[in-house]
Formats: sequence, structure tokens, C-alpha cells
Amino acid sequence: MIPAFVVENSPALMIIVPFVAAFIAPFAGRAKPAVRALVVGGAMAITSAITLLLASDVYAHGTRLYVFGAQAATLAVPQDSGGIPVRIMFTVDPMSALMLVITAIAAFAVVIYSLTSERHHSGLGSYYTLFLLMVTGILGMVATGDIFNFFVFLEILSIASAGLIAFRIDGGVAVEAAIKYFVLSTIGALAILVAIGIYYGEYNALNMALIAQRMQFTLLDQLALVLIIAALAMKCGAVPMHFWTPDAYSMAPSSITALLVVASQASLYGLFRTVFSLYNITLNAACVGWLIIILGVLSMVVGVTMAIPQKNVKRLMAYHAVSQTGYMLLGVGVGLAVLDNQPLLEAFGYMAMEGGIFHIINHAMYKGLLFLTAGAIFFRIGTYDLNKMGGLGHSMKWTMVFFIIGALAIAGIPPFNGFASKLMIYESVFVFNPVLSVIAMVVSILTLASFVKVFHSIFMGPVLPEYKDVREVPGPMLAGMGILALVVIVFGLFPSLVVETLVAPAAHALADQGMYIAAVIGGGA
Amino acid sequence: MRMSKIVRTGACILYPLIIIFGLYVVVHGHLTPGGGFQGGAVIATAAALVLVAFSHEEIAGMVRKAFLSAQESLGLLLFIGAGILGLLAGAPFFANILANSGLLFGLPVPPGPNPGDLNTAGVIPVMNIAVGVEVWGGLAIILVYLFSATGGERT
Repeated sequence: MIPAFVVENSPALMIIVPFVAAFIAPFAGRAKPAVRALVVGGAMAITSAITLLLASDVYAHGTRLYVFGAQAATLAVPQDSGGIPVRIMFTVDPMSALMLVITAIAAFAVVIYSLTSERHHSGLGSYYTLFLLMVTGILGMVATGDIFNFFVFLEILSIASAGLIAFRIDGGVAVEAAIKYFVLSTIGALAILVAIGIYYGEYNALNMALIAQRMQFTLLDQLALVLIIAALAMKCGAVPMHFWTPDAYSMAPSSITALLVVASQASLYGLFRTVFSLYNITLNAACVGWLIIILGVLSMVVGVTMAIPQKNVKRLMAYHAVSQTGYMLLGVGVGLAVLDNQPLLEAFGYMAMEGGIFHIINHAMYKGLLFLTAGAIFFRIGTYDLNKMGGLGHSMKWTMVFFIIGALAIAGIPPFNGFASKLMIYESVFVFNPVLSVIAMVVSILTLASFVKVFHSIFMGPVLPEYKDVREVPGPMLAGMGILALVVIVFGLFPSLVVETLVAPAAHALADQGMYIAAVIGGGA
Repeated sequence: MRMSKIVRTGACILYPLIIIFGLYVVVHGHLTPGGGFQGGAVIATAAALVLVAFSHEEIAGMVRKAFLSAQESLGLLLFIGAGILGLLAGAPFFANILANSGLLFGLPVPPGPNPGDLNTAGVIPVMNIAVGVEVWGGLAIILVYLFSATGGERT
């Protein structure tokens, strides 16, 4: 049914399609805005379909390699290279496939939403070019098996994101947020570049599998590890490097914020990939594990306490995003802390990692949904200020329903997906250290309290006179939110199915360094 | 903002030379130091030179921003098109199927010391040219936008 050509070349096609569409979009927009909408929407639909196809293929048949410019796409180690994978390649293992699924769903929902919500703005030619480049950057980051290539896609993502954060100039405030994001991203990217230089100088390799195979964990490697953890923890918004998130998340158009959440998850993926696939048990697992746990606990607590007093609904959600990132760091950090102890790993380590990874996909869905509802409210009433809102539940019923779904999911209330992943984290972390689990639960309660307040001030109360003409947002925007809401509910109703088919293979692939190396270089040879 | 006649005449004399040097760097990217990005940046300095020597209004009448912007997009499409060429031939993305094919840039590389044959290396020079076109358009449009801010200060 699906041509073999598409299946074979799916890792390349998922990059090519958005990339080509990104540079056709400005020409198409010159002809007619409707043509551009068709090009952008069509390209994103095809990209998502190819990405999901690739992910299902990886889940069914194991890790996929795609070597660029080789004689054959799976020829990682050419005959005359002396056993060294010299070319740039994509290594898509189940963990990458999971991130691809997240990106495909979220980006597709966002593009449907965006085509309507941004319709009346100027400069849409560059908007969609940057949007598609951002998607390309995320897909490349999570699929690549070459650490320098990771840096390149990270830069594509950062530059496109900075342009999009500044898209609504907003008297220069958005531009300020974008400059802040861009300066921090550049510092982070330079730190990563120095780390890559260290690996290259030490091991003569840029391929992640080869570096992993040769990893000695010398003092230089420790330095590189610190640089990468610091840079990527900053990019995913972990406390104490979170200060760009409230500005960037609140000033970007809401559809872009939803995609920035996915971008943060991609940085988180980079962090986990470095720690697990590059270093694995050569590093001092307990020490680095606790470092990540502490980052996670700080993010959870500081994020939620900063969120409570916020008056701007998107700043509030941004601080909650920081707080939720903490859960992922906590879950996966606990898995890392017991990585060199197989019985403990079996007892609760894998479960903690699965919880953390499951939370990545859940967070991308419900937080994207919440940002889209905030955008829908802004689309109709033109403000993010909670003190100026009220009574919108009378007119924007569907938006209210989607907001309730997102809010209950983020607070971890059954039967939504946030509950499923948080429960896994609570249970497994409790065995590791009860105090951490208690902190996580308290943070969840505070999250619920905060969202009850937000819900009340946006939707409850009598119809305000200034908003009596407000109508529901157009259908495509509701459809975009509906896709994410549907995923939130389905993942919440069938968590064990999702964990078994999607999350557990990803967690095991992440923990199993030998499999990752063998997929590229070949078993033992 | 218009500079003296000496500067303007000097800029007019240097302008074609800079462009020719830039094009040389782009086209010889696979043989000599440099390449698409470096050559494109050299060509963009020619744009910077005339922008500095003349006023923004005079230049804005000569080049259209839409044209430069289209040039940038076309350069990138050409680059990715060169990559897709590999896919069309049944090889992976970015496979160098033009090398040693006898077609465009398709001669085998001569062995031993030699002055370098331009007609070699397959898609690599094609990609250099694509990047050169893209950087030329991209940097030039950035410069034109930056200089458009100087227009208001006069009077």
C-alpha cells in the first residue's frame, strides 16, 4: 500500500518535506494566501504521516539507520573506512521514535490551529518558513546519530524559534524576549560545541555510537558532560536556568508556544541521550543521577511556587511548564541513579524512567493544549491578563471544555494522561526515596490549586459587559485543540497499553547502551 | 549619507572586481580554500560597499528586496534539490551521483600533482553554488534592511 521507496527513505523524507515546503511557502504566499495555507498544511500533514510511519516501523523492526550520501542507506561502516562510521547518519531507536511521535502529533495540531489563528497577521511568509524550519530542527535533533549534526539542528531550531518569539513585536517586548532567548541559546550552543570539540579531540569521532564505544570518562569527558548537561538543562527550562521560559513562552504566539514546549522536550531528549547513550555506566551514576534529581526537584518546587502569583495566564502556564519538566528529570534521574545496580533497576528504576518518559509525551500534549486554549482566549478578547477576564464560559464552551481537560491532566487527576505518568513516578520514586515522592505530590496539589484559580477567573462568573459579543473560536482552531485533547483522554484511559507499546521500549532502548552501539557499528566487531 | 565623489568612483571600480572574486571563490569551492558561504559573503561585501558609498534611496531604487528574498529561497531550494538528486537515482539522500558520471562536474579527479580540474566533484560544486546564491541574497537583504534605517536620519 505504501511504496517501499517512502518507507526506506522515511528518515530523510521527514526532513526534506518540511524543508522544501519552508522555502516554497513564501512564493506560494505571493500567489494567494490560500495556496500557502494548502502548501504548509499539506506539507505538515505529509511530514507527520511519514514520521508516524517511521516510528511504527522502528517499533516493529528495531533501530533504523539512515546514512546520508552513502551507497546504501543502511551502510553505516563503509569497507574502506577502517570500521569507523564516517558519514552523517540518523539513528532512530525506540526512544527517538517516541519523540518523533510527539513532534508529529503536536506539530500537526498546531499547524491546523495556526492557519486560522494567525490568518490576519502580516509577515506570514516568514512565519511559516520559520515554523517549518522549527519542525525540521526538532525532528532532526531527535533522530540524528551524529553529535555535530545534533548541534546543527539545535541551531536551526534556536534561530527559527527566536524569530518566531519576536513575531508579534508588541511594542518591542516580544523582541526583548526573543533576544534573551537567542543570547541564552547561543551560549548554550557554544557550550555544546566546546563539548563536541572535546569528544572529537579525544576520540576522533563525531558519531554518537562510536564515542559511546570509546568512552573512557576522563576528566575532559566530565567537563564535556557538565557543559552538555548545563546547556541542555537550560534549553529545556530547568531551574536555575529557567529564566528565559516565562518571557519566551508568554511573548510568542500561542501556537508557537505549544511547539516551543515540544522543542524543550527535544532538548530534554538530548540530555537523556547524552547521559544514557554516550556515557551510560562509565559515569558515576549515583552522582549524576542525584544531580538530575536535584535539578528536577528544584524545577518542580520553584516552578509551581512562581506560577501561583502570576497574573498573566501564559506566564503562569510557562512556570507550570518549568514545574512539569521537573517531573521528567526526577523520573529519569532516579532511573539513572540506579543504572549500575541491575536488581534495583529492575525493581523500580525502569518504572521511574518509564514514568518520566511517559510524562514527556503527556506534557507535550496537555501543555500544548493549555497554551492553545490561552491563544484561543487571546484570539477573542485580546488580553492575557487574568484580572481582566471573566465569564467566558458562557460564550466559549468548547474552549472551556478543552481547558478543563488540560488543567485536570496537568494536575494529575484521573482519568487523564497526567495521572497515569505521575502515578508511575510517585510509586517508583517512593521506593527510591519517600521524601522526593512526597514533594512531587505536594507540587501536584499546588498545580491543581493554581489551575482552579485560573479556571475560575477566566470562565466562571457572570458575563462581563465588555465581552458580551465574544463568540467561540473558528472550527479549525477547535480541531487543533481537539486533536491534543483526544490524545490526552485516550492516553489517560489506556495508560498500560501506551506504556507497553510506546514507552517501555523507549526506556529500555535508552538504558541499553550496548544495543545502541551495536545498531550502528555492529555487534562486537 | 551620500559619500564624496572619490569614494563613489572608487566603489564603482571595485564593485565588479569584488563580485568576480566572490564568484571565483564560490565556483572553485571544491578546489581551493573557500566555498559557497565564503564566496557569497564576499559578494555581499560588494553590496555593502555600494550601500555605504551611495545613499539608501539610490540603492533601493536599483534593487528590489523581494528579488533578493526570492534569490535566497531559490538558493536553498537548489541546495536541497541537489540532495534530492540522490534520492531520484535510487541512492540515499545527498548521495553524490554526479561524481565520475561524465555529466555536469562529472570527470574523475586527475591523480598526482595538478592545477585542479574545475569539472570534477559532482554535486559538491552544485551545492557550493546554491549556498553562494543563498548567502549572497540573504546577506544583501540584511544589509539593505539595516541601511533602510539610516534614511530617516538625514535632513
